[in-house]
Amino acid sequence: MSKQEKEPLFSAKNMKLLTAPFGQNNPITVQILGICSALAVTAKLKPAFVMALSVIVVTGFSSMIISLIRKGIPNRIRIIVQLVVVAALVILVDQVLKAFVYDVSKQLSVFVGLIITNCIIMGRIEAFALGNKPWPAFLDGVGNGMGYGMILIILGFFRELLGSGTLWGYPVLEKIGLYNIGYVNNGLMILPPMALICVGLIIWFQRSRNKNLIEK
Amino acid sequence: MENIISIFVRSIFIDNMVFAFFFGMCSYIAVSKSVKTAMGLGIAVIFVMVMTVPINYLLNEYVLSPGALGWINPEYGPGGAHEIDLSFLSFIVFIAVIASFVQLVEMVVEKFTPALYNQLGIFLPLIAVNCAIMGGSLFMQERDYASLGEATAFAAGSGIGWWLAIILMAAIREKITYSNVPAPLRGAGITFILTGLMGIAFMIFMGVQL
Repeated sequence: MSKQEKEPLFSAKNMKLLTAPFGQNNPITVQILGICSALAVTAKLKPAFVMALSVIVVTGFSSMIISLIRKGIPNRIRIIVQLVVVAALVILVDQVLKAFVYDVSKQLSVFVGLIITNCIIMGRIEAFALGNKPWPAFLDGVGNGMGYGMILIILGFFRELLGSGTLWGYPVLEKIGLYNIGYVNNGLMILPPMALICVGLIIWFQRSRNKNLIEK
Repeated sequence: MENIISIFVRSIFIDNMVFAFFFGMCSYIAVSKSVKTAMGLGIAVIFVMVMTVPINYLLNEYVLSPGALGWINPEYGPGGAHEIDLSFLSFIVFIAVIASFVQLVEMVVEKFTPALYNQLGIFLPLIAVNCAIMGGSLFMQERDYASLGEATAFAAGSGIGWWLAIILMAAIREKITYSNVPAPLRGAGITFILTGLMGIAFMIFMGVQL
């Protein structure tokens, strides 16, 4: 590669790949991808955070690996190739979680395995990594993983605070003495349906701020 | 037999894939705009689920789980001198079975029944990455069903539960196009909130003892 073509690692274009998923192009609220795990693991903040980290690792590296081998993949069987790469990465993540944070790994149960079928990963590979160089593909993957993680942490924060009155297991509401004046936890927040309604509200909030995202 | 029926009914209503575990939400939201396409995808999901979960059950039982290779040589079996545990490979084996099965079905359907292919074909690639299918196999492994019959009943029930959810949602969304939904909520937002409300309705089944 000659020197003129080489662009800096964090050029403006590359930074945009990293930051766009936080707002205008968020994978969950705008592209509507990867909802399953976003809803299921967010009853508490800690599993949500671990899940977000795992997804960032898998999206980043799977995009990079697929981008490295993109010229050698036959078009007809590309989905199987992609799934095998992603599955291998997810096995690594799963083994690491089991070794270092066993209790969280038990809470996440099947949802670690479901990172494989997380539509964000396949979506980014199909839409971006197959047609771009490894470094931008890696940034795009990490950016989308972080956009996803951001929504997970927002959801986990509100659901744990309102549903169990704790944050990261620490009893916040008890310490400031809300229960003494008659406050009661909203048990509905930790049940599955409320997760869906919370995502609906986040979408509502975001789209009323950005009018150009509104669907016809 | 009673056991099988109770697993079947339980996985349709009580442990519904969509409302209790959020499996397959991406395609659920994207394809529920009209009842006709929702029907196509729902039937494809039932079919792939009923075929892949039993295959994965057999693989799990005779290859992957700890000591499962005992049928080759008792040394590899439970308590043997060289007990083999391949369960860390289960993700990759399950997804490979699902993806190759989907690709195979796509080719067969395309070759022999073009009419069916035109209706169903576009959904098949979507199914390989549908979490409901993978989730079915993973739950099968985690819940440790006792026989092939139970695993198949679970697969059929879960598939039908998913189909039911997407059909109901599509019907509601067809009606809601005539309503005056606040602009920022249109499309995805209102679909999430509706699914949440339907989930609350489905929670009444939790009290059913089976």
